Amino acid sequence: MTFDWPTLLPLIFAGLMGLAILIYVILDGFDLGIGILFAAAEDTERDTMVAAIGPFWDANETWLVLAVGLLLVAFPLAHGVILTALYIPVFVLLIGLILRGVAFDFRAKVPSGKKHRWNRIFFLGSVIASLAQGYMLGVYVLGLDVGPGGVAFGVLVALCLAAAYAAMGAAWVIYKTEGDLQKKAVRWLRTALVLTALGMAAVSLATPFASPRIFDKWFVFPAMLYLSPLPILSALLFLWLWRQTFHLPRPDDRHSLTPFLTLAAIFALGFAGLAWSFYPFVVPDRLTIWQAASAPESLAIILAGTVVVLPVIIFYSFYAYRVFGGKATDLTYD
Amino acid sequence: MDPLILSRMQFGANISFNILFPTITIALGWVLLFFKLRYNATNDSAWMRAYFTWVKVFALSFAMGVVSGVTMSFQFGTNWPGYMEKVGNIAGPLLAYEILTAFFLEAAFLGIMLFGFRRVSNRIHTLATVLVAGGTTLSAFWIIALNSWMQTPAGFEIRDGVAHAVDWWAIVFNPSMPYRLVHMLLASGLTVSFLIAGLSALRYLYGDRSESMWKALRTGVFTAAILIPIQIFAGDQHGLNTLEHQPQKIAAMEANWNTGPNVPLVLFALPDEAAKENRFEIAIPDGASLVLRHRTSGVVPGLNDYPGNHPPVFPIFWSFRIMVGTGLLMLAVSWSAAFFLKRRHSLPRPLAMLMVPMALSGWLATLAGWYTTEIGRQPWLVTGVLKTADAVGPVAGSHVALTLAIYLILYVLLLIAYLGVLVHLALKAAKDGDSSPLPGVMNAALSQPAAGE
Repeated sequence: MTFDWPTLLPLIFAGLMGLAILIYVILDGFDLGIGILFAAAEDTERDTMVAAIGPFWDANETWLVLAVGLLLVAFPLAHGVILTALYIPVFVLLIGLILRGVAFDFRAKVPSGKKHRWNRIFFLGSVIASLAQGYMLGVYVLGLDVGPGGVAFGVLVALCLAAAYAAMGAAWVIYKTEGDLQKKAVRWLRTALVLTALGMAAVSLATPFASPRIFDKWFVFPAMLYLSPLPILSALLFLWLWRQTFHLPRPDDRHSLTPFLTLAAIFALGFAGLAWSFYPFVVPDRLTIWQAASAPESLAIILAGTVVVLPVIIFYSFYAYRVFGGKATDLTYD
Repeated sequence: MDPLILSRMQFGANISFNILFPTITIALGWVLLFFKLRYNATNDSAWMRAYFTWVKVFALSFAMGVVSGVTMSFQFGTNWPGYMEKVGNIAGPLLAYEILTAFFLEAAFLGIMLFGFRRVSNRIHTLATVLVAGGTTLSAFWIIALNSWMQTPAGFEIRDGVAHAVDWWAIVFNPSMPYRLVHMLLASGLTVSFLIAGLSALRYLYGDRSESMWKALRTGVFTAAILIPIQIFAGDQHGLNTLEHQPQKIAAMEANWNTGPNVPLVLFALPDEAAKENRFEIAIPDGASLVLRHRTSGVVPGLNDYPGNHPPVFPIFWSFRIMVGTGLLMLAVSWSAAFFLKRRHSLPRPLAMLMVPMALSGWLATLAGWYTTEIGRQPWLVTGVLKTADAVGPVAGSHVALTLAIYLILYVLLLIAYLGVLVHLALKAAKDGDSSPLPGVMNAALSQPAAGE
């Protein structure tokens, strides 16, 4: 492999797209998770939970637009193949995101008698979007297989991802709230972790049977040796976090952000494993990132803008999180 | 049904639903900044009340725009995979810049703008308002650049059947881009002015005489009265630009079947494409020649010059007339309202009652205008480069039909909910008047409230 621009640019953009997806999954993961947890929350707690994500969700969802946008602009061939194959799940995801997104505003602005309805829509939208994302991931992992096996695997991943998002949501509530709601969130986190772990175990067991290609990629010497830290580290973090849930919340609210950061690390590790399973394909077994990429001159002009803008985006995202740092208060949406 | 027409309907429905909300947020951001700056300058809390009433509308419209915008970024791939395959090298960077520079700017600072009054200093809060308004406008800039390039492509070459960029300056500032951008920004300004004027008129009719109502009402009416003549001029210039670069679109807009001089301006007709003639035509002699060429003997292009290569006549002819008609109505209403507000310092009840439905006139004109220009591009997706029929995806018609039906139901329900909330907010503001609660804006940096405040 020679390292000239036509080789490097698709690689860089695959990396950027992966980064955008990972950031999206972590950031909107807690938004969607909080939506899922709506089912278990009291009416008064719901307002605090929405206040904990209200200022952030717009920007969080924008990372999805960036990820899909990068797929669209950097790998136009793949964008067409993947999205036409996943036509119906994409549609379901969009319906979920639409319902969830508008419910943020409507639930605070409609006459108080109708608020209940929009709470339910907020929950439904979050669940639908999470399940659709998981299902798409499952089908994609199997190389866009939509036979009965692919669908079953997709459903399994969908449930697992929804549980993982719920865990993220609970971890965010632990960070952003205090008192009874925080204690409740610790219990939610514990339950969600168990479900996530069960789901991940099932997915890990099913993957080698469902996809011999991925199996061959992981279980050969010496790749197995370099890769072993990924699952081992994830498992250790999982166990450690599980134990933490028996000690939270700590006095003076120490470590309230730790569960969230731990989960983010687990997501990043899992994502790295997935990336390894696919490389160098952007459509499994069909299109590599080089085959699907746009012309180098077009990629170069996007890269020039990205290099300037991305650090700025990251900087002011931190600024926004700092401004709204601390516990969620009486911030309301009206 | 044919997947092509279903895909077009679905994309059309989505993009129509989507454009409603940016049309509001683009200009409303600047109006909010105006309210904020007036407050900063005068310390009159009525300006801040107007700000808080309208920032809610902004937040809601923004959320509607975001969710339907996300849908669009997916539908490029689900409905038109051939589009990015053919012109991805050009459309890609323009969309990427839209997402990178604009979308993030709005999304990140919107949080501070909406919830940051008590968290940041007044100055930072004003700055956030500037950035959000600037972000929405920048967003419009990139999208209009891409849309205009599809209408009047420039600065590229075809290599191996795929478009490659040659001159980015020529691509972004393609022949129709400056005209379309100005026309759209003014359309947004008018939409927002009439929305503000209309909802303020509703408050007025419900007996609200508060300072914040008057301030919003005057802002809406006077902005509309100033913008509408500018828009009529800009629209005329845009039409002349279209005549130069897309004459077949003008021929369809005027329902002119034969090229020639002394072409009449058709006011009413039922264009019949099969018979190539207008039925029940009412026309002003030499009118079209006069408007388009500024002399009665001016030659106006006719559809006979573009056999099989011109857009459908009926929808364009009528959407253009709806846009122009709405524009003229806007002129009449905004100028009479401005007259009464300026000279009599009051608003006659019938005029106020007319202004309430006119709150949505901007939407009607904007949609009609976009239908004119977008249907007017057919049968091309990118003029002379890619036909719409060649870009459609392999998805089964039944899938498209099913999802189209659900999208339509959802959009109708959301529109009803959206308009319901606007009316609810206006009536609530009318009831509260100047005693509506006002969040404090502190002139201190990062005033973090204590936990549980």
